[in-house]
Parts: sequence; C-alpha cells; structure tokens
Amino acid sequence: MSVSRILLGLLEPSSQHGYVLRRRYDEWFGTSRPLKSAQVYATLNRLDRDGLISLAGVAAGVGPDRRVYAISEAGVVELDRWLDEPDVPEVTASRKVLFAKVLIALSSGRPAEPMLDRQRQAHLARMRELRVQRQSGDLLGQLDADFEMYHLDADLRWIDGAAARLNRLAALVNAAPDPAAAVPGTHGARQENR
Amino acid sequence: MILKASNLAIRFGQTVALRDADVAISPGEIVAIMGPSGSGKSTLLHVLAGILRPEHGEVHLDEQRIDNLSDSRRSRLRLRSFGFVLQFGDLVPELSLRENVELPLRLLSAPRAEARTRSRELLRQLEVDDLADRRPGQVSGGQAQRAAVARALVHRPSVIFADEPTGALDSAAGEVVLDALTGLARKEGSAVVMVTHEARVAAYADRTVFLRDGRVAA
Repeated sequence: MSVSRILLGLLEPSSQHGYVLRRRYDEWFGTSRPLKSAQVYATLNRLDRDGLISLAGVAAGVGPDRRVYAISEAGVVELDRWLDEPDVPEVTASRKVLFAKVLIALSSGRPAEPMLDRQRQAHLARMRELRVQRQSGDLLGQLDADFEMYHLDADLRWIDGAAARLNRLAALVNAAPDPAAAVPGTHGARQENR
Repeated sequence: MILKASNLAIRFGQTVALRDADVAISPGEIVAIMGPSGSGKSTLLHVLAGILRPEHGEVHLDEQRIDNLSDSRRSRLRLRSFGFVLQFGDLVPELSLRENVELPLRLLSAPRAEARTRSRELLRQLEVDDLADRRPGQVSGGQAQRAAVARALVHRPSVIFADEPTGALDSAAGEVVLDALTGLARKEGSAVVMVTHEARVAAYADRTVFLRDGRVAA
C-alpha cells in the first residue's frame, strides 16, 4: 500500500493536520494495520522535501500535530499519475510461500497433502472471521472483508488444484537430476498442469 | 452429540464412495462438508440423513441407532427429525409457497391452524410472506429457496441437511438464503450439515469437514 500517495490523495480536498490524515487513513484502510504517528510525519516530511506538499501553516500549540500541510501542483500531477496508472497484477510474497512449501516438502520426500489440508482449514477459519466481520460492519468494512475473502477464496482454489496434482508434481520435482535443473522443470510443470 | 457416525463405508459397484468416515455433529452446530468432485460429500450427507444405508458403520441420532431401522421407520424419522434444503429447492410445483412450507407439519398430522401460523411466521421472517400464495414457478429462484428454508425449519427438526443450497443462485441471492438458513437454524437450535464446494458458503459454518477419496481428511 502506497501510504505516501494515499496521504497525498487525502490532502487534495483540503489542507490538513497530520493527526486528521492519520485518523482518516485508519478509518478507511487501517483496520488490520493502523498507521503509526512517526510513519505519518516521516512520510509528510518526505513529500514536503520532494515538493509534492508544502507547509500551509502552524496551528497554536506545539508538536507535529499542529503543522498543516497542503498539496502542491506537482503533488496533484503525481496524484493524477498514480491514480491513472494501473497496478502491476502480482501475487504478494506471502502467498508465494505456500507454493514454495509445497515444492520443498515434495522435493524432500515429505507429504504435502496434510500441509495443504492444514492451510485450507486455516484459510477457512479466517474466512469465517471475515464473514462475521462483514455481517456486522458498515459498507467500508464489508468491502474490506470482501476484498480479503475473495483473495482467500482464490488461494483455496489454488490449494485444491495443487492437492489434485500432487503426485504428478512430486514425480516432476524428484525427477530433476540436480537443483539447477529443477527450476526450468518446475516452471514447465506449472504450465503443463494449468 | 446430536448426530454421530462412525466407520462409515459404502460402495457403488466398484467405486468406493466412503471408507472409515467418522463424523460427529453437536446440537445446533453448523458444519460444512467440502471436498473435490467424487470425494463422497453427497453420499456422506445421504448416509447421515438416513437416505442411504451404509455397508459398514453406524449412524446415531441423539443416541438412537438409525442406520439399521427399516425403510419405513427411517422415512418417518427423516420426516420428524430432519429438514432438507436441496440445490433446486425441490418445492412441490402444484402447491403454493405457504402450502409447501406447511407440508411437513401436515404430514406429521399437526393441526391445520398450527401449520398455518407457523408457516406464516417463517415466511415473514424470510421476507417472502407477500408471495405466500404464489407457486414456486411464479417466484425467483432465491425466493423459492427461501421458502425451501422455511419448509426445512417448519417442524423444528434436530438437523437440517443442505446439499449445495445456493448452487443455483447468484452470489447476492445466495447470501440472503445462507443468512436465512444459518441465522434461523441458530435461533431455533437446529444443527445444519451443508455440502458445498464453495469456500464462501463454508464460511457460514462453525467448522468444515474435508473429504478426500471417501475419507475424512481434515
């Protein structure tokens, strides 16, 4: 999540204190990982240094909470660019861990099926939590829960697909004569098994 | 345990559909059964519900063994103690939604007034009371499925069996049906055993039993 671009976007409608920005950020995006004050002020300092925002005034009192920032023209241009540019479709690193675990388990002669079963149950448990959260939440909370649920659902489909092809995958992984040869072979297996 | 099955095994010809399957359901618990196609999900549901008789193993409902009862006694037990929600509702097309919902109580010889009051209340809670006099063919799939949920609950069964209850619905209509099924079952204390291939449906359950090749894998 690009915290700096989000803060830029939150600053566009009107100049704000860092405190207000952090509160709005947490309300919209911070349910699982709220923003720390230090991160807000470090980000604002960086945006200021890069000319994307500027200090618009200092309210009475002391401390960084009192500084009011405004977006600059360069900041609006950068915000436009960020919003217009599609994100690179990618799978996060943590999701790739399961893929790695399956290959490592198979190549070391360990059974991968129980591992996939445990992961499936862990995913389903998280989906149950999200469903409860979704039921009691407002629209923002519901969409937030939906986002995670659909991703977990995709993971589960992958788990089922992998579980159905473990024997072929094990044969392929263990047929590799050496670690160097396993890389292209594995890639080929994924293509073949799709 | 309200429902307990142990060492279940059944074959269809050369195909082993269930082997050494153990399942225990607590009163009021909602359990999803998942697994790949052909893993034995629907077979397990049918054996637990007394529709199919296992070749090996036992099924107990509230301490009473039910798998060895005669066909007629199992049929009577299903009517009294179980409710069913199937993928396509399976309401009687010639009857109105209200008459469909009343049907289990009428078959159990409940007074007509009691059946009428109870069905009206359930149809109201499921927000299809204004469609009570329409036939299944005159309402949407989601509305018919809500009536099927009412029919499954009307006689306050110990266990409701649901086989892909939202399989024929879009996701929004499916959520309404699942909210209704699980919400009302919890309120009335009925356990639910639900076969599904969708994780989002299984997320309505308290836990998931995963089948692979006729065995309980997790």
